[in-house]
Amino acid sequence: MSNQSRIRLERVTKRWDATTAVDDISFDVTPGQFVILLGPSGCGKSTTLRMIAGLEEASDGRIHIGERDVTRLPPGDRGLSMVFQSYALFPHLSVADNIVFGLRSRKVPKDEQRQRLAKVAELVDLTDYLDRKPAQLSGGQRQRVALARSIISEHPICLMDEPLSNLDARLRSDMRREIKALQSRLNMTVIYVTHDQVEAMSMGDRVLLMQHGKIVQDGTPDELYNRPASAFAASFIGSPAMNLLPLVAGKDGAVIEGEPSTPVAPLDAAGGHLGIRPEDIELRIAPGSGVPANVLSEEYLGADTIAYVAVGSHTLRVRLSGKQALTGQPCSLYWTSENTHLFDAEGLRRDDLTTFPLPSSSRSVPRPPAVGSFQH
Amino acid sequence: MQLYGALLLLPAAVLLTTFAYLPTVTTVINSLFLPGFRGAPTEFVGLENYQVLFDDPTFWKVARNNLIYAVGTIPTSIALALGMALFVNGKLRGRGFVRMAYFTPTILPMIAAANIWMFFYAPQIGLFNKLLGMLGFSGVNWLGDPNLALSSVIVMSVWKEAGFFMIFYLAALQSMPPELKEAADLEGTSRWSFFWRVTFPLLMPTTLFVLINALINSVRVVDHLFILTKGGPNNATNLLLYYVYENAFSFFDRTTAATITVVILLVLAVVATLKFTILDRRTHYQ
Repeated sequence: MSNQSRIRLERVTKRWDATTAVDDISFDVTPGQFVILLGPSGCGKSTTLRMIAGLEEASDGRIHIGERDVTRLPPGDRGLSMVFQSYALFPHLSVADNIVFGLRSRKVPKDEQRQRLAKVAELVDLTDYLDRKPAQLSGGQRQRVALARSIISEHPICLMDEPLSNLDARLRSDMRREIKALQSRLNMTVIYVTHDQVEAMSMGDRVLLMQHGKIVQDGTPDELYNRPASAFAASFIGSPAMNLLPLVAGKDGAVIEGEPSTPVAPLDAAGGHLGIRPEDIELRIAPGSGVPANVLSEEYLGADTIAYVAVGSHTLRVRLSGKQALTGQPCSLYWTSENTHLFDAEGLRRDDLTTFPLPSSSRSVPRPPAVGSFQH
Repeated sequence: MQLYGALLLLPAAVLLTTFAYLPTVTTVINSLFLPGFRGAPTEFVGLENYQVLFDDPTFWKVARNNLIYAVGTIPTSIALALGMALFVNGKLRGRGFVRMAYFTPTILPMIAAANIWMFFYAPQIGLFNKLLGMLGFSGVNWLGDPNLALSSVIVMSVWKEAGFFMIFYLAALQSMPPELKEAADLEGTSRWSFFWRVTFPLLMPTTLFVLINALINSVRVVDHLFILTKGGPNNATNLLLYYVYENAFSFFDRTTAATITVVILLVLAVVATLKFTILDRRTHYQ
């Protein structure tokens, strides 16, 4: 793949009067990459995407696509397509006319339009629906029309702004796979905005996690899950979210607030947070050398159960496999040091310290397999 | 249960019957009779009144005037309304003020507006002639010249109506999702092309509505003729409804008035039906 679809942002900022939506961000997307802009609402991810598309003008900084500086170029000259959250289909035009809308704008000959339409309709499985109006289609089919419209333009770059958030859960997981498959088949460069961490984890080659207009972590889904750069990243990825426990100074090291009996980390870690994923905690009913706890309640999800466990003055989520009935029982918790994360008082990851291991010899409650456990 | 439904319909039905259906029916009946003079009973004459009306050259002149008036006002005011709506829907400084300015003629009562335009059109002291005088042209008798009077009335009607229709277009434009424009922009669609391929087709329901309204308005003109020209000179600006009014209340010829009214109703009904059936098929409703 040529360098045509390389996207480079240099210190891009977007300000509206007093508010700064995007604050001095820079990143570089290599051709063929599937990049996710992930973050809570209002973090500036959509604004970033719209600046790349040219629908918003950057207040500061440069945007390059390929070798060209496109910062001040109109959207139509940037050589990219976009899928909108609302699909943005033209309600008075048939599916076919919607798909070829851009080709007509670009004065592509009629014959070629027909050929490309037939090919793309086949690709997204819409051949039987070409004469319908958008109102006569289901949500998933409308989504496909929107996809077809961006594919038919044959631009190497496709921007997607929360394209699946109007679909129901089951359809969403189908479309996730479909979009991912299309992307690798057509070798498109995709920048995909979402607030859904499941979409980010399952589709992205690379995830840019944003907060308050800044990129807080830039890495593969694997890195985001296993080595979150901050407490925010840790809590944003994974479902249920990572447990974050405030640490205070104890007798033999840092302890969980309200639970002074078991030191969990070196004294230096006090004042920060200990992070453990619900799936990385082992729960044993018998009292032992682990952190003493009490099961408050549980939530049965089918494949597994989330137990809510009181430790000191905090509540932890623990993922257990299968159906478990443990409410009201005292128990102890165990984990290994490679599965724990330490964050300093500012919420940044610190790798200079390791937690104390809390090993267990035998398992009384089976744990689910660690792989893929964050998927719904 | 059916009784409740009927009761709920009753107030509207009573009002409509008293003020719309009954008068319509009596008008139709009146148009088929000749009034009896000096206490003599009215005489059924069938369609003879229509025969007399169609032989009346004044009626044809008035009808022709009204056609010219409709052709002169409807497309112009709709195009102007759409243009103004597109203009004030865009990013614009002092947008609220411009919108208000465009809408002001609509808020003015017709009589007041006509009086204002009297001063524009007045031969000696009128604004237009003053301006022409400043440029060195001799003045024109805007409302007194039979060749100009109808055009003068048309200009004023367009001024009065365009702002009203603009409101409908503006509402329709604001309900159009902005992503449509963005999606088109990403494909490099020109403004012109976007307007004809997306905006205009999506505004068709509004256009149809405005068109029907404009048509009805064009045969409803009484008040500004009353102020401006009284239908003169020599019936040059006389329009159908004003002619009905003249017949009924100046000449006290109720029969002719009823006959013309029926003709107007029929023509309007036919045109509206045609519009709805032909344009509806080409109109996309959301």
